[in-house]
Amino acid sequence: MKILQLFWSFFKIGAFTIGGGYAMIPLMEKELVSRRQWIDKEEFLDILSLSQAMPGIFAVNMATNIGFRLRGIAGAVVSVAGNVMMPILIILCWAAFFHYFRDNTIVDACFKGIRPAVAALIAAPVFKMCKTANITWRNLWIPVAAALLIWGLGISPVWVIVVAGIAGFLYGYLTDRKEAKR
Amino acid sequence: MIFWKLFLSFCKIGIVNFGGGYAMIALIQHEVVEKNNWLTLQEFTDIVATSQMTPGPIGINVATYTGYTAVLNEGYAEWMAVVGAFLASFAVILLPFLLMLLVTAFLMRYRHHKRVEDVLKTVRVAVVGLIAAAALLLLTPENFGSWHQNPLQLLCSVAIFTVTFVASSRFKVSPILLIVVCGAAGALLYGL
Repeated sequence: MKILQLFWSFFKIGAFTIGGGYAMIPLMEKELVSRRQWIDKEEFLDILSLSQAMPGIFAVNMATNIGFRLRGIAGAVVSVAGNVMMPILIILCWAAFFHYFRDNTIVDACFKGIRPAVAALIAAPVFKMCKTANITWRNLWIPVAAALLIWGLGISPVWVIVVAGIAGFLYGYLTDRKEAKR
Repeated sequence: MIFWKLFLSFCKIGIVNFGGGYAMIALIQHEVVEKNNWLTLQEFTDIVATSQMTPGPIGINVATYTGYTAVLNEGYAEWMAVVGAFLASFAVILLPFLLMLLVTAFLMRYRHHKRVEDVLKTVRVAVVGLIAAAALLLLTPENFGSWHQNPLQLLCSVAIFTVTFVASSRFKVSPILLIVVCGAAGALLYGL
């Protein structure tokens, strides 16, 4: 497999999926597993769960891992570059062009209608996520406190993540030790 | 120095981003809107909407746009703004990329380690709060219209919010379609 092929595959995956990283999964599977047969299905699912667990952008994590497995560091660089190339160029054009059109009354009116919808689109998955993140009555206070700290007090979400990580580590460590004593 | 600040901010956003694009919104909002004033809340909301309709992850899209706009607003030339756009997009990828390389090369076998799972379990719970905060932070008079200046806009906004929320969570209507429809509604309501 040529390094150029790797670039092209990830370029296509990045250029043709609208609506964020998770929308890329079906196309990635089709291109990398079914068409090119660079990795098998089981490996693909493994990489998928790892990419979700790791920090960073999901699609970029996938590209890094798969590129590295196939062609080492050069493969990882090329896959990531291919994956983000089109998105960056499109937003660049948008940013350059939008500065001239922002004050147009119709454009302004469109965005006045869109802004409340954006808030709703972000709020919509919150309740469904409560299930996938295993939120129960016992730990419900954690997301509620996180939201209030960020929204009400203007605390940086960075700290919320860091504290949650440390607390999770300590909680696991202490409960394990208690059980070991018993 | 704007370039250095952009680089640092987006490095930070990249490495503490757990749990997908929506979780990233609160992080980016805090750095870009509240701390550094690179974008207004309206501009930020608009670019989030735009990134839903263009290819690529929200994180990359917002980084590119913020890099460009922040440098331009500092009074630099447009080609410098392009450099800013690439720099911010590079920064948001950099640390997770290096970490992923490290993990793929050496640490694959620790992935199911008990402590790692303890940390991720709690972080995942907190991330739901992060997303809720991102939505709450967008419920402002700038985005919805204020009761004193424009009560009609506020009423329309609340209606749009409710319809979009139900259509998305109950009926799984695609976000792209919803944004297009709401844009058309906005043009009809406020543009004519």
